[in-house]
Amino acid sequence: MISINIEKRLKAYHGQQVLKIARQFEPGSITKIYGPSGAGKTTFLKVIAGFTHPENGNITVDGVTWLDTASKINLPPQKRMAGFVFQDYALFPNMTVHEHLAYATSDKEWIEKLLAIGKLETLTSHKPQFLSGGQQQRLAILRALAIKPELLLMDEPFSALDPEMKVSLIDNLKIIFKEAGTTVLIVSHNPQELENLADDELFIL
Amino acid sequence: MDLNPIWLTLKLAGITTVLLLAIGLPVAWWLSKGRSVFKVILEAIITMPLVLPPSVLGFYLLLAFSPQHGVGKWLLDTFNIQFVFSFQGLVLASMIYSMPFMIGPIKSALQQLPVSLSQASYSLGKTKWQTFLKVLLPNIRQSLLTAVVLTFAHTLGEFGVVLMIGGNIPNITRVASIAVYDSVEQMDYHSANVYSFILFAITFVMVTGVFVFNKYQLKSPLE
Repeated sequence: MISINIEKRLKAYHGQQVLKIARQFEPGSITKIYGPSGAGKTTFLKVIAGFTHPENGNITVDGVTWLDTASKINLPPQKRMAGFVFQDYALFPNMTVHEHLAYATSDKEWIEKLLAIGKLETLTSHKPQFLSGGQQQRLAILRALAIKPELLLMDEPFSALDPEMKVSLIDNLKIIFKEAGTTVLIVSHNPQELENLADDELFIL
Repeated sequence: MDLNPIWLTLKLAGITTVLLLAIGLPVAWWLSKGRSVFKVILEAIITMPLVLPPSVLGFYLLLAFSPQHGVGKWLLDTFNIQFVFSFQGLVLASMIYSMPFMIGPIKSALQQLPVSLSQASYSLGKTKWQTFLKVLLPNIRQSLLTAVVLTFAHTLGEFGVVLMIGGNIPNITRVASIAVYDSVEQMDYHSANVYSFILFAITFVMVTGVFVFNKYQLKSPLE
């Protein structure tokens, strides 16, 4: 069970607003997160991952406290190890496709499986700058999956994929998430694309 | 023809560059992360040799490390180290004088990398040190090379600060730039010409090499 109760001030165009979310997520659930631009969807994911810190609140994952502002507990991202798919992909320009995955895991079989899921087997020696937008996005997803995270945070993960690739990838991800019991939070501007994947939703206003 | 000033210059530039790289990398990394009043002041101090007359810097170093009093006396009495009119002094002065050339490019390059690169690495369980070595450093290699070459080349051309703290002692502090000046003073234009040409050639090859390398990197096909 993931329990989140946070309060964070956001800088907005029209002044300050407060992101306030109190919510629990079932283990193995897949939640789509949507809402207007600037509502704090990405910030919410970053707070969970430990990249940014809320003014108040607590986050507990499977009984482990990741964050508790009252008792000043704040695990670093390295200890939380939440898989994170960045909106800008955040791929490492110096690494090839294979090196991205090998940097995350030493499990060679898992790397091969991931490459097959992402249909990147023929591009293993390519660096990000020589991949298309869709290929880069798939690599970002595979890299996050490489550590077999219990909690996966995805920020607009399918925005650059063509419809056919999106359907195929989502089908494969569903199987992986189910097999591993991964809890997934997905931010999307297009919640309809997640209808076959998500079983829960969170609207952030 | 005494080529010792050339070797001494290359030795000084090499040692200065290696030491500055070792110190400059962590300092530049630290400076690139966040802002504070202390960091701003430190950055200003590091940048000052760019605009400060070298003779002023050399004068203050001469005062600070004078073996007659203060820090200089203490260093001499305690560790038997003398920075004035010695090769160590040249290294110290060169490090201070060339520091902005090493730290500036590295810091700017680190600041330009998206913060999400580090975050992505942290989310994979990697430490800050692993992230620095495997992700950040390889992605600033062009700036790193530029910093190393600029530092080396700048040290080759030092004159004022070196003259102030080192003087003109053959085989110890008489570097090429001072040898050029000294040769001209003695109307020995042939030696001055040889020293100058060697310095010019080394600098030209190094700086051109950096430009070629950086251009090649930008146009690199699949690696």
